[in-house]
Amino acid sequence: MSSLFAEVPPEPASDVPVRRVTINVNGEARTAVIEPRLLLAHLLRQGFGLTGTHTGCDTTNCGVCTVLFDGTPIKSCTMLAVQADGHNILTVEGLAGASELHPVQEAFKDEHGLQCGFCTPGMMLTAKAFLETNPDPTEDEVRWALSGNLCRCTGYQNIVKSVLAAAEKLRGQAGN
Amino acid sequence: MYPSRFRYEAPRSVEEAIALLHQGGGEAKVLAGGQSLVPMLKLRFASPEMLVDINNLPGLDYLRVDADGTIRIGALCRHADLEKSTLLAAHQPTMAAAAPLVADPIVRNRGTLVGSLCHADPQGDWASVMIALGGHIVAQGPKGRRKIAVADLMKGPFQTVLAYDELAIEAVVPAPKGVAGGGYLKLERRVGDFATVGVAIAIETSAGSVIRAGIGLTGVGGSTINAVDAAGALLGGPLTADTIARASELAAQAAQPRSDHRGSATYKRHIVSTFVTRILTSVPDSKGKAA
Repeated sequence: MSSLFAEVPPEPASDVPVRRVTINVNGEARTAVIEPRLLLAHLLRQGFGLTGTHTGCDTTNCGVCTVLFDGTPIKSCTMLAVQADGHNILTVEGLAGASELHPVQEAFKDEHGLQCGFCTPGMMLTAKAFLETNPDPTEDEVRWALSGNLCRCTGYQNIVKSVLAAAEKLRGQAGN
Repeated sequence: MYPSRFRYEAPRSVEEAIALLHQGGGEAKVLAGGQSLVPMLKLRFASPEMLVDINNLPGLDYLRVDADGTIRIGALCRHADLEKSTLLAAHQPTMAAAAPLVADPIVRNRGTLVGSLCHADPQGDWASVMIALGGHIVAQGPKGRRKIAVADLMKGPFQTVLAYDELAIEAVVPAPKGVAGGGYLKLERRVGDFATVGVAIAIETSAGSVIRAGIGLTGVGGSTINAVDAAGALLGGPLTADTIARASELAAQAAQPRSDHRGSATYKRHIVSTFVTRILTSVPDSKGKAA
């Protein structure tokens, strides 16, 4: 304790069911006691302080809350946090290395793949998973792959360019 | 938005899941992909006392074809698995056409075909497809298993004939007796929106003659529509411009669309007829194109 007192949350009512979960978030095991009705997006943001995962529509439409669940993009506002127990979650905070950005992040920066940035974490995570299964996509394939992620600023042109540029970067890396 | 409180159970066997559903006495809900149920929980359209999460049940994520050509889709087979399947692409054109049109790519990673059938949304794509294919589900309850034809599964919007303690284990598409043809077309305002209109057609041909036909309509009625008369118009001969026109007309008559923000009833009927024609004229040995 860093000061003489710390405010603690009230004890939950004993009839409220809680579960202890351990989730590997960005390579680190995180444990929490949660109510089963807590959504993964809220555990990541409010529980673990990983506010890079945004919540937009909250109705499974917009895709800004996309995270990778065992490597697969899912909408974290549409999964209960308790369902992630024992699984691997990658959020945007886990994309960059210690000193350098992930090639997808580099490409979004180079190609101006964002304006307000709200949809960007979801876009980048979807793109990362997509490029792992399709390293050399056509523009149409990129548009198709991103069709579950909405952007209200860019008109998508630069996002698509960014993903194509990221694909090239990643292919270059794989070739080295 | 937060769901209301519920008891959460994640059983490890089908028997345990059924016992929990039985214990829930009608107040328990099965959670599979959750892509419809979780939003409904958040909006509090649904507030079950118990959620039985079946995602940990082993061995239910299969998509397989039996030696005789029967296709089996386990309760945890995701839309994305069906979309990527080379097997469906080669053998089942109606399912292969529908899989990439369900919701959006991220939802497809999680949502399941069997869950979609059990959700019984009149806007659900898979119910039309399975009705067109003459498919059924296998439901397991405390007293054992039974088959339910998908055409008989839906009682109305979001209502099925499943008992509260029955779990849908798999969906089954019977082996074709001829060459399978058909497709699925959907009009949507944008990716992930509910269908304005969806049309599923599955036919089987033998020696150039249609020996089986099914047509299912999405989003143009209180539940998925089985356009029996339209399908019947295709039977007993080759696909010709005449039979296709007749089926298109009968399918449009079978639709019961309502005018709403997605379009007028007249417009939707017109789309039904257009889609029936489009799908049938693109079947490889269709003679409809000549017309």
